[in-house]
Amino acid sequence: MSKHRILGLFKDFEGATEAIAEIRDGRVPGAKVKDVSVLSAIAPHPAMEEVLGHRTTPVGRFTLVGGTFGITFGFFFLATAQSNFLVQPQGGKAVVPLPTDFIPTYEMLILFSVLFTLAGLIICAKLMRPVKGLYSEKVSLDQVGVLVDNLSESSFQAVKSHLQRHNALEIREEVVGK
Amino acid sequence: MADYLDKQDIKDIDEHIEWAKINEDVVRSIQNPRWSYWVAVGVCVLLLAIAVSAEVYQYNNGMGYANLDWPHMWDLYIATFVFWIGMSHSGTLLSAILHIVQADWRKPIYRFAEAMTTFTLMTAALFPVIHVGRLWNIYWTLPYLSDRGIWPNFRSPLIWDAFAVFTYLTSSALFLYIGSVPDLAICRDNTTGFRKKLYTVLSLGWLGTDTQWRHFRKAYMIMACFLIPLAVSVHSIVSMDFSASWNPGWHVTTFPPYFVAGALYSGCAGIMTLFILLRHFFRWEKYMTLAIFEKNAKLTFAIAMVWTYLNLIEFASAWYGHDVASKEVLWAKFTGPYSPVFWSMMFIGSVLPFTLCFQKLRRNLPLMFFISIIFNIGMWEERYMIIAPTLSLGYEPTAWQVEWPSIIAWSIVLGSIGWFGLLFLIFVKVIPSMSMYEVKEMVYHRKTGEDAPPMTLPAYALTGGGHGGLHPAASKSDPEGGG
Repeated sequence: MSKHRILGLFKDFEGATEAIAEIRDGRVPGAKVKDVSVLSAIAPHPAMEEVLGHRTTPVGRFTLVGGTFGITFGFFFLATAQSNFLVQPQGGKAVVPLPTDFIPTYEMLILFSVLFTLAGLIICAKLMRPVKGLYSEKVSLDQVGVLVDNLSESSFQAVKSHLQRHNALEIREEVVGK
Repeated sequence: MADYLDKQDIKDIDEHIEWAKINEDVVRSIQNPRWSYWVAVGVCVLLLAIAVSAEVYQYNNGMGYANLDWPHMWDLYIATFVFWIGMSHSGTLLSAILHIVQADWRKPIYRFAEAMTTFTLMTAALFPVIHVGRLWNIYWTLPYLSDRGIWPNFRSPLIWDAFAVFTYLTSSALFLYIGSVPDLAICRDNTTGFRKKLYTVLSLGWLGTDTQWRHFRKAYMIMACFLIPLAVSVHSIVSMDFSASWNPGWHVTTFPPYFVAGALYSGCAGIMTLFILLRHFFRWEKYMTLAIFEKNAKLTFAIAMVWTYLNLIEFASAWYGHDVASKEVLWAKFTGPYSPVFWSMMFIGSVLPFTLCFQKLRRNLPLMFFISIIFNIGMWEERYMIIAPTLSLGYEPTAWQVEWPSIIAWSIVLGSIGWFGLLFLIFVKVIPSMSMYEVKEMVYHRKTGEDAPPMTLPAYALTGGGHGGLHPAASKSDPEGGG
């Protein structure tokens, strides 16, 4: 069975929010709020985020892993290099001096935290993929897009008329698979 | 134009600016360079060519031609290295710190400040290489295992410097790039030809979905949080290049905060300079308003006073300390051959900022442009005054020798300005030097009635990262978090 996607473009956040609120409340047959995405030129309006429901982001976990890796790598990188100095006379000084090693370790903590955060963003936000499918350049201008995914033939028509009823400026649609 | 000037008296930005107009103005700035742009490129290339010629001469004939000789082993190059590292703190201050405290007036001006951070670091990183002299052996400084018997000293602040600068350069470049992705997508949607292809690649397939924004805000906030301690650590570590040694005038406990304050000072002055240039050449009067300029000027004044205080603390430490040599170095700064540089530094750093206290002067942009450049000359003098007097008047009286930089050294230093300028000029024609999406957010917030962010964060800001500030609607709909 083919699935449909539909993109409605709205003048502002308020119109789009109202349209999504009705989908969330189950007033549009066959459409679920989890299948709704909002496309906008600025970060979505908080009222809209409330309507979309609580959606978490795991980017912070990537940072945590990166920070842990950075500390470990930083310290052992230094300690490994310093352990090769054992052939030199140490003069009573520590082979692996913890106070001074703290600084490069700290820098590695930050470096890998940032790198892993970036990786987390790219993975979670599904970046580095070609732009295809339903997208309108007007979204990057001043309009707000409401994208409803995973629609059956019957619910597709219902959603389309629902978006039209909420004064969508433009509606685009596509069939995504069978 | 007059209308905008009237509104600027009270507003950071005019809330009636259309979003489409913001796109149009910024996208236009990256296209079709005017003749003045090519003149600027020409001047930068000329300065760079002079520096390359001087470097080739120095490379072939030896470091003595830069007047680098014992006891002046560090001099102009290292002073300039510290100066450029200091300039880099502007981006962190404006972008990261003001982002976290939700000062939304930073939005039209943080992007070029971030670029300044990246390019000043790229400029600074050249100087240790130039200073070492033996360019062909520069890889010896890398701590990898080999049979050459090279033992990098991880106890040395010089190695810490390498770690810190590399981390800062990488992180600030990524911060700049990631923060630009939504704007690069706008460029992708509003350009044609090779530019469209370029921005299609650079924008990483950004669509502006709520999912992308959510992850973006979180990642941006996390990176901002990491950049602040990183920036402080970088300049603290640079200060340890001096303070961890026993040389008179360098072994000072207050050096790390003193260096950080000086860095923020020169960074803010650099922002003032570039603010005025971009505002003028891109005709961005309605975005880079006088109200925003004034806020930056007041911030610069505050930092100048911190810098002055830390200077006085440093003098007092030397004066009331028991080290005779440190006191002599200090006295030599006051009265010796370096005193003209010292007193001009003090005048520029501590007295001249009082011009920023007067609104009439603050709003005189040609004057402010001139003063901002003078500030940075003063900050460069500060770095020179840290290094040269101590080397001239160390613990060994037989080694006392006043040395001034040669024309070769000056040529390379001037060329670094050309290098930085060239990088910045390329930047303004590739990446939007004003953040479109953040300015849109700023306009949107003002239009919907938000004057200032509430003191208490609403729940969504705490869980979602909060990039882009707070929406008034949240304040209204969330009685506990509205403030």
